[in-house]
Amino acid sequence: MPKDHGIGASPKRREDVRFLTGNGNYTDDINIHGQAYVHFLRSDVAHGRINKVDTEAAAAMPGVVRVFTGADFEGMGGLPCGWQVTDKHGEVMQEPAHPVLAQGKVRHVGDPIAAVVAETYEQARDAAEAIEVDIEDLPAVVDMKAALQDGAPKVHDDLKNNLCYDWGFVEENKPAVDEAFDKAAHVTTLELVNQRLVANPMEPRVAVGDYNRSTDDSTLYTTSQNPHVIRLLMGAFVLGIPEHKLRVVAPDVGGGFGTKIFHYAEEAFCTYAARQLARPVKWTASRSEAFMSDAHGRDHVTKIELALDADNNFTALRTETYANMGAYLSTFAPSVPTWLHGTLMAGNYKTPLIYVNVKAVFTNTVPVDAYRGAGRPEATYQLERVIDKAARELGVDPIELRRQNFITEFPYATPVAVEYDTGDYNATMDKLLEMIDRDGFEARAEESKKRGKLRGLGVNCYIEACGIAPSNLVGQLGARAGLYESATVRVNATGGITVMTGSHSHGQGHETAFPQVIAEMLGIDESMVEIVHGDTSKVPMGMGTYGSRSLAVGGSAMVRATEKVINKAKKIAAHLLEASEADIELKDGAFSVAGTDKSVAWGDVTLAAYVPHNYPLEDIEPGLEETAFYDPSNFTYPAGAYACEIELDPETGKVTIESFAAADDFGNVVNPMIVSGQVHGGLAQGIGQALLEGAAYDENGQLLTGSYMDYAMPRADDMPFFEVDHSCQTPCTHNPLGVKGCGEAGAIGSPPAVVNAVVDALQRAGKTDVTHIDMPLSPSRVWAVMNG
Amino acid sequence: MYAFDFEKPGSIADAVAALKDEDAQALGGGQTLIPTLKQRLAMPSKLVSLTGISEMQGVCRGDDGAVCVGGATPHAVVAAEAGDYPALAALAAGIGDPAVRNRGTIGGSLANNDPAACYPAAALASAATIVTDHREIAADDYFQGMFTTALDEGEIVTEVRFPVPEKAAYMKFEQPASRFALVGVFVAKFADGVRVAVTGASEEGVFRWTEAEQALSGDFSAAALDGLSVPADGMIGDLHGSGAYRAHLVVVMTKRAVEAAA
Ligand SMILES: Cc1cc2nc3c(=O)[nH]c(=O)nc-3n(C[C@H](O)[C@H](O)[C@H](O)COP(=O)(O)OP(=O)(O)OC[C@H]3O[C@@H](n4cnc5c(N)ncnc54)[C@H](O)[C@@H]3O)c2cc1C
Repeated sequence: MPKDHGIGASPKRREDVRFLTGNGNYTDDINIHGQAYVHFLRSDVAHGRINKVDTEAAAAMPGVVRVFTGADFEGMGGLPCGWQVTDKHGEVMQEPAHPVLAQGKVRHVGDPIAAVVAETYEQARDAAEAIEVDIEDLPAVVDMKAALQDGAPKVHDDLKNNLCYDWGFVEENKPAVDEAFDKAAHVTTLELVNQRLVANPMEPRVAVGDYNRSTDDSTLYTTSQNPHVIRLLMGAFVLGIPEHKLRVVAPDVGGGFGTKIFHYAEEAFCTYAARQLARPVKWTASRSEAFMSDAHGRDHVTKIELALDADNNFTALRTETYANMGAYLSTFAPSVPTWLHGTLMAGNYKTPLIYVNVKAVFTNTVPVDAYRGAGRPEATYQLERVIDKAARELGVDPIELRRQNFITEFPYATPVAVEYDTGDYNATMDKLLEMIDRDGFEARAEESKKRGKLRGLGVNCYIEACGIAPSNLVGQLGARAGLYESATVRVNATGGITVMTGSHSHGQGHETAFPQVIAEMLGIDESMVEIVHGDTSKVPMGMGTYGSRSLAVGGSAMVRATEKVINKAKKIAAHLLEASEADIELKDGAFSVAGTDKSVAWGDVTLAAYVPHNYPLEDIEPGLEETAFYDPSNFTYPAGAYACEIELDPETGKVTIESFAAADDFGNVVNPMIVSGQVHGGLAQGIGQALLEGAAYDENGQLLTGSYMDYAMPRADDMPFFEVDHSCQTPCTHNPLGVKGCGEAGAIGSPPAVVNAVVDALQRAGKTDVTHIDMPLSPSRVWAVMNG
Repeated sequence: MYAFDFEKPGSIADAVAALKDEDAQALGGGQTLIPTLKQRLAMPSKLVSLTGISEMQGVCRGDDGAVCVGGATPHAVVAAEAGDYPALAALAAGIGDPAVRNRGTIGGSLANNDPAACYPAAALASAATIVTDHREIAADDYFQGMFTTALDEGEIVTEVRFPVPEKAAYMKFEQPASRFALVGVFVAKFADGVRVAVTGASEEGVFRWTEAEQALSGDFSAAALDGLSVPADGMIGDLHGSGAYRAHLVVVMTKRAVEAAA
């Protein structure tokens, strides 16, 4: 019998009532009396020197409150980068300034040059057209390898070149890795592109700045995944506002996928302008602006080599990756191709020697940062593709080759600096094979052939590092922030509970899943627990939601705080029951004295805490509210095995997904329905990357995919009905819930499954020269590859 | 968008009068024009909505047997009511999404003549007559290259008359992002011959593939097209496919249309 409440049950998501009935409260729903509107004039060239920005005519236009340019921000802080990477020579990365509005040069199409604040949005746009901008075009650098050539135009004149860093990991291992390659019985090499993506949350970014002149308090309402970090970065580095005078609110947020983690110029601008003008200032991005100003994702060009011995054991792995940073360093950009990517190169395999080289490059394109999976999809994709290619070259079964090299003993310290606490990769592979009817594939392929179609099956594994992770470790790796999470559990007098969590829910269902945990711990009804998040004035501190960390880190903080609550409540119960605290048991929402029928209900204890007439005042304070900060001791390591079956129309090159199965090990699962939904969403994004999506620039740095007319988003009918399973559970060994995180797995694990399947179909059809196709596997690309 | 005046006349005559003002522009379903206005790529002084003109609405059967579609009829209505011409109804049902089909109109589509739009292929292959407020234009004369038609300034498409072929089918290969036609082929077999119109592919907009028409007029089967090809020269090449790919798809889609029609 599935449980009907608590951990392991699947109650419907309570937040969906407001989301699905149009009653959400999104940032754009926030309108403050007297607000003005800002429109950003953005560069339409990728690279140019700003000779003049004349705002005089614009300032005189109807309704204009004030026009701002880069000059208004001179001497102020720029947008900070939250992670400093040290390169293979021990030098810190090149870190360019990132002004709120462009100063001196524009560096990508979409770079904001000026901001017009006016009484209405249309007046702001009208006035923006009256700004006279004299920009001298400079040659743009778009291609990463070209950007690194001598004499290439420099994106930032004050840097040595366009190389942000050249990272070697682990640099000391390189000679041993090279030696293993010299000795290898077989080496498989693959060059591939993990293409640039645009995150495209359904809700575009919005910011509303507000300022109270009489109290000197600033408030920013913003579409963010982590309001506290925005408060810290913007307050401390850009505007110089201390935290106690700055409130950041991220109300309902319509999807983030990573791109709403970061601190953006528009947020700083609205907060600043509201102070300058002493009135609220609102910005709502158009979809076109989103394409050219939201941080993009991925954009890696990689060469990967796998060395095997004569028995097909992996002996070494070597990679060289060019990672596009875009024109500026977005908040966490440097960490993505390094610590979120290199550390995952072992995958599920016991390859003893690994060397990862990453060159991060500045180009005249939109900045690139974390996008669902962030670094881990890039690692998984190349690894699982090269293994598939190796199996084909060696003539061995790709699943058996994987199994043979699986890590089977835990904890396992990888050669890339992380320790997997637990896992069972054979179990998820076995489960996957149960789900997919591999034996029936040949018959299905025959049937496809009768209809003139090719069929292929692709299988792969993945591992990810989630729940990012010990602050002391990430500090050593260059993080400029801690990565704990906080929770306050406030028990009210009548027993209801308000939980203030630093995790931010923007589609993940925290308002439903988190109460399940507390209800389970206390034996009370879930409806007695309410989750509060997304407001720095309500929640003590938070590191936000990304990297599948909310339950593993935020949930753990909540558990710790609840444990403190239970401890105190037991003291109160012991007093009320006139028993010893050690004998008090909490079960089904009541405290009882072990071995007796004496008990006191949860509500009586909570009432006593606030109406302490009969209360141990000499021992404990009244009230029942506890806060905990939880800093994990390690990452968590969800893993799994995925299979994709495709059909390919050889006449048009069109690929359709016939079936997709995902067997995941997420450790313990709090709400299986929500977890399935998270996997479905991740799969849709991963399949979207594999088949459809891709941001493209022309050689002048013009974004060719600036709207949905050209940027292909996945739609429901591109997807099959997914088969997902998360019954393989090796609980995380180091957090109190034994949970690992599930938000990114689908997006990490699915692209190689799709590409492996398409290559399989082509190979079976005799196209033996086709060993790889770069994503997206659009019909025209597949057709072009098939036709030489 | 920029500010504009708005009128919603109830008759063709009033609409024509309203469109006489300088920089006045007709508004059909707004599925192309409104996004253009939002991006400030057009600056009409006045929009004249055609959707309130009842004589421009709906599908009926003419005395000569033609299926007649009012110029302001939304795609969804054609999909539902043009059952006498199933290939036309199916084409309408495959345009965009429900929101687009409920608002977008046949007149707007033909006036806009997007090189990747579907209706131009139906009109050209069916030898349709484009009826305007003051004349009738044969489809062969109407389409004059990408986004260009025989329409004069202020002239409105009030009706489109489609002769009904013996057999017909439209095959659309969708551009992955927009789902407009990357290549769409409409094949129509009449008693006196076959017409084949291709959309999406050419830099000149919708065109008739005459070699295929000749081959199919003799033998209406996919096999009749074996060995035929269209030159890649002059085909659109972009992110979504090269000219060679589009030229290849023209043949594939024509064969499939013939098979679907047969
Ligand atoms: C998301 C999306 C997907 C789409 N997919 C497809 C597709 O797959 N295939 C396809 O063919 N189309 C597609 N379209 C286009 C759609 O079919 C509309 O029909 C088309 O945009 C124009 O029709 P409209 O009535 O909306 O015209 P409007 O946008 O109102 O007007 C377009 C132009 O025509 C003029 N005009 C309008 N009506 C008349 C008239 N009766 N006489 C003279 N001039 C007139 C206007 O002045 C304007 O210049 C899509 C559109 C969208 C937004």
